[in-house]
Amino acid sequence: MIELQDVTKRVGNVVHIKPTSLKLAKGHFNVLLGATGSGKTSLIKLMAGLDPMASGRILLNGEDVTRLNTQKRQISLVHQFFVNYPHMTVFDNIASPLRVAGMTRSEIQGRVEDAADILQLRPMLNRRPQELSGGQQQRTALARAIAKDSKAVFLDEPLANLDYKLREELREQLPELFAGRGAVVVYATSEPEEALMLGGETALMHDGSVTQFGPTSEIYRRPNNLMAAHVFSDPPINTAPVTKQGNEAQLENGARWSLEGAPAALSDGHYTVAIRPHRVLPVRQSDNDVELKGPVLVTELSGSDSSAHFRLGEVDWVSLSLGVHPYNVGQEHSFFMDPSHCRYFGEDGKWVA
Amino acid sequence: MKTENQRAWFFVLPVLFLVAFNALVPMMTVVNYSVQETFGNNQFFWQGLDWFEQILRSDRFQAALGRQFLFTGIILAIEVPLGIIIALSMPRKGFWVPVCLVLMALPMLIPWNVVGAMWNIFALPKIGMLGYFMNDVLGVNYDMTQDPLAAWITIIVMDVWHWTSLVVLLCYAGLVSIPDAYYQAAKIDGASAWSVFRYIQLPKMKTVLTIAILLRFMDSFNIYTEPFVLTGGGPGNSTTLLSIDLVKIALGQFDLGPAAAMSLIYFAITLLVSWVFYVVMTKDDQ
Amino acid sequence: MAEIKLSNLKHSYFPAPKGPDDFALKEIDVTWRDGGAYALLGPSGCGKSTLLNIISGLLTPSEGRVLFGDQDVTELEPDKRNIAQVFQFPVIYDTMTVRQNLAFPLKNRGVDEATIARRVAEIAEMLDVTEMLDTRAAGLSPDNKQKISMGRGLVRDDVNVVMFDEPLTVIDPHLKWKLRSKLKELHQRIAVTMIYVTHDQTEALTFADEVVVMQDGVVVQIGTPVELFERPQHTFVGHFIGSPGMNILPCEARGDHASFAGHSVNLEGPVQGAGGSTELGIRPEYVSVADQGVPATVTKVSDVGRHFVIDAMVGETRLKVVSEHSAPEQGSAVHLAFRPDQTRVYRDGWIATEARS
Repeated sequence: MIELQDVTKRVGNVVHIKPTSLKLAKGHFNVLLGATGSGKTSLIKLMAGLDPMASGRILLNGEDVTRLNTQKRQISLVHQFFVNYPHMTVFDNIASPLRVAGMTRSEIQGRVEDAADILQLRPMLNRRPQELSGGQQQRTALARAIAKDSKAVFLDEPLANLDYKLREELREQLPELFAGRGAVVVYATSEPEEALMLGGETALMHDGSVTQFGPTSEIYRRPNNLMAAHVFSDPPINTAPVTKQGNEAQLENGARWSLEGAPAALSDGHYTVAIRPHRVLPVRQSDNDVELKGPVLVTELSGSDSSAHFRLGEVDWVSLSLGVHPYNVGQEHSFFMDPSHCRYFGEDGKWVA
Repeated sequence: MKTENQRAWFFVLPVLFLVAFNALVPMMTVVNYSVQETFGNNQFFWQGLDWFEQILRSDRFQAALGRQFLFTGIILAIEVPLGIIIALSMPRKGFWVPVCLVLMALPMLIPWNVVGAMWNIFALPKIGMLGYFMNDVLGVNYDMTQDPLAAWITIIVMDVWHWTSLVVLLCYAGLVSIPDAYYQAAKIDGASAWSVFRYIQLPKMKTVLTIAILLRFMDSFNIYTEPFVLTGGGPGNSTTLLSIDLVKIALGQFDLGPAAAMSLIYFAITLLVSWVFYVVMTKDDQ
Repeated sequence: MAEIKLSNLKHSYFPAPKGPDDFALKEIDVTWRDGGAYALLGPSGCGKSTLLNIISGLLTPSEGRVLFGDQDVTELEPDKRNIAQVFQFPVIYDTMTVRQNLAFPLKNRGVDEATIARRVAEIAEMLDVTEMLDTRAAGLSPDNKQKISMGRGLVRDDVNVVMFDEPLTVIDPHLKWKLRSKLKELHQRIAVTMIYVTHDQTEALTFADEVVVMQDGVVVQIGTPVELFERPQHTFVGHFIGSPGMNILPCEARGDHASFAGHSVNLEGPVQGAGGSTELGIRPEYVSVADQGVPATVTKVSDVGRHFVIDAMVGETRLKVVSEHSAPEQGSAVHLAFRPDQTRVYRDGWIATEARS
C-alpha cells in the first residue's frame, strides 16, 4: 500500500500539489484521472521520489520512504513516451533492472521470458527498440516493469501515444498482467473511458488536488461536486441551471418535473442539474420522462450510436443514443430524460442530491 | 524544509573552489591594483579613482575602444547573416549532413595562436600564398604590414573564417528542430521563401541565435591572440584592439594601476553590452 | 471546388520496388464528391498518411493520377492545388497574433484588405475565437492553437478540400468532444470537402458521411458509418470499428445456419461460395443473455458507465457481450442469444452471407 500523508509540492511560490492524503491499495488499479496539468504526473513523480516534496510523508508498505532515493524505493515507472535503451535488444532492455538487482543468469532468463510471453514479445527478443512498432516498444517498457519485483508500479498515461485499437486491447490486458504481482499499481490517465475500463479505484484530480477518491464506478455514479462530474464524463455531462420550488424543478426554458425523495427535501432555490448524455434520449421511455424540445445544432452518427447537440434556452445539451436516429439539423426535436437520473448540485458546486 | 538534501552543497564545493581561485581571487587582486600606485618593493599608495579617470579621458584608450567596437560590429554584421545563410543552405538529412558538420567544425578546432600564425604566413607579401596571389597575380597592392586597411581586412577575414562556423552550427541545430509540418503548412498557406524564413525559421532560431550573437560578441570583444600573432597591433596602432593595448600597458610598460583600472572598465563594458542585448532579446518571452 | 478522384494510385518509398510488399499504397481508386465529409481510417502504417500527402501534393505518387474535377493535379505543387491541411500538432506562426495567423493564407495570395478583414471576422466568429484575435498566438492552449490552424484552412473560400491529419491527438478528452462537434458544425455550415485522417474510429465515424477503411495500403471498405458498423465487408472492419469490436468466432457454415462450438446458429441469409476458412461475425451489441441459446461462462464483467461489457467463454472461444441495463455475476453459467439478422459468416475474411431483403 502507498500512503500519502499531507503531501505537497511547490516550485518557488507556485503550488503544484495541494495538501493531499491518499491510501492506494494493492490488488486493483488505482487510477489518477484528470485533465492535462491537473497534477497527475507531479503526484506520480513525488511517489516515485523523482521530485522533492515541500511537506508531508510517503509510506510504502508501511515503511517511511519520504527520504529514500528513487533507486532504493523498488518501483517501476512506465512513461507516456516509449522509453527504452536504444542500443540494447528487447531482451537486454527487459533484463536491465534484473541485472542491476544482481540476479543470476538463469533467473534473469526465466523472468524475461515469462514477461515476454505475457506481452507477446517472444519473437522480438533479439531486436532493437527502433525496429519495433510503437505498440511493441511500449510493451517492452511494460515487460520491464513486470519482470522486476517492484513494490509499486507507476504507469503515466502509458497508452496515450498508441493507436486507438491497440489502446483498447492493452487496456483490457493490463489489469490481468498486474493481477497477483503484489505491487501497488498507479495509473494516470486523462480519459474517463480508460478509468472505467480499468476499474479498481479512482482519484479525480483537478488543479493540484484530489477532489474525490473511491471505487471507480461509484465515483462515476456519484460525483461529489460539479467539477468531478465534468472531469469524469465522456461525452461531457449536460449541466443546466434549475429552480426548485416545492416538489417541482424547473429549467430556464420552462421544462418542469416533480421531485421525489432526496431532491424533494432540498430547500427551495437555485441549483445546477446534471445528467449524462446517454440519459437524454430521442424517444420516450416511460410516462415519467420529461420532454425537452429544442433546435438541433449538430448531429454525429457513429454507426453504433447517434448523438445530437441541441439548444435549450441558453444551454447546449447533448443526447447520445444507441442505434441510428435521423435528425434534421436546424429543426426542433423532442428529447426525453428520466428525472431519476438527474443529479443536483448547490451554487457552490457541491453535490446536494 | 526538512526533506531537502543538504548533501548537494558538498558536490558544488569543488566548483566553488575552482571559481574562487580562477576568477574571484584574481579579480580582487585587479580591483586592489586599480585603486593604488606601486613602485615595486611591495609599496602601495592609495590613488582612489584617479586611474579610472585617467584611462577614460585618454585618447589612446578611446581610440582602442573605438577600434574594438568597429571590429566587433563588422564581424557580427558579417558572421551572423553569413552563418544563417550557410545554415539554411546545409542539407537537413542524408549522407552530406555529417560531412558538412565536420567541415564546419574544423576551423574551430585549430588553436588560436596557430590560426594567427597560419594567416600571417598565408597573407605575407612574397612569402604567403594570398600575399603572392594578390600582389603578383592580380597586381593589387596588398601588404598588411604596411597598409592599415589591408591589415584590417586580413583580421576580419581571418575571424570570419575562424568563427562563422559557430553561428552556423548553432543556427543549424535550431533549424533541424523545426518539425516538417511547419514547412508543409507554409507551402499550403502559399508562403514565400522569405515568409518561411521570417515567420517560421527566424522565430524558431531565436534562442540559439541569441546565444550565438552573445558568444560571438564576447569572444570578439575580448579577442587577443589571433590579431596579436597576425599583426601585433600594427601597422602603427591601427589594429591595436583593447586587449592588445591592455597587455602593452600592463606588461610592456608595467603600469599595473592603469592596466588594472582599464581591465575593470573593459570588463564592465563587456558585461553591460551583453546584459542589455540579452534583456532586449528575451523581453518578448516573458 | 470540385470532385476529387484518385485513380489507380500506387506509391512506393523505394525507387525500384520489387514486390507488392514494397508498396505503401497498393491500388487505390476512390472518388469523393464535392462538399462531403470523409474519413480515412486505419491503424498506424496502413498508408493513410501517404495517401493524404499525395492528395495535398507533398508527395508525388509512383503510379496513378489525382484529379480535382477535370484538372489533373498529380504533378502540381501544394500551393497551386488550393487545398488546406491541419496537422497532428498545431502549426501556428508564433510571432503573429491570432488575427495575423488567420489572415496569412489570404495575404500570401494578394487578397485585398477589406476581404481579408471580412473573412477573418467570419471565421473567428465560427470558431469562437473573436475575443482572442489580437493576442499573440504563441501563448494559446493546444485546443485553441488547433482551432487557429483549422481557421487558416477554412479562411480561404477557394479551397478544393481541407485535410485533417489526426488533428485531435494533443487535445484533452473533454475538449476533444467539443472540437470534434465544432468541426462537424463548421462542415454543416460551409460545406467544403473535408478529409479526416485518423486511427480513432470514434472520431472517423462521428465526423464523416463516408469512411474509407484502410489496411496495409489497401482500401478494405468504403461506406457510411452505419454500413461499416452494421455490415462490415471484412472481419478487419468488423474488428476495427466498434468498441469492443466484432466477435469473430470459428464456425462451420451450412445453408443459412452455422455451427459454432457444437451449436446451431441462425444467419442473416444463405452462405455463398465454398472452401476456405469460415468464421462467424457478430457484434457484442447483438449478443444478449437469454433463457436459451449457446451456453457460456461469464469470466469478467466491466461496468463502463453507459453499459456493461461481459466477457464470456463458449468452450475455448472468448466472446464479448454488451448489455445496456444489467449483467450476470462473474463465474455464472448463462445462455447467449445471437440476433439472426446481425449474424453473418465470413469466408477467408470476406463476407459470405447474403442478407435477406
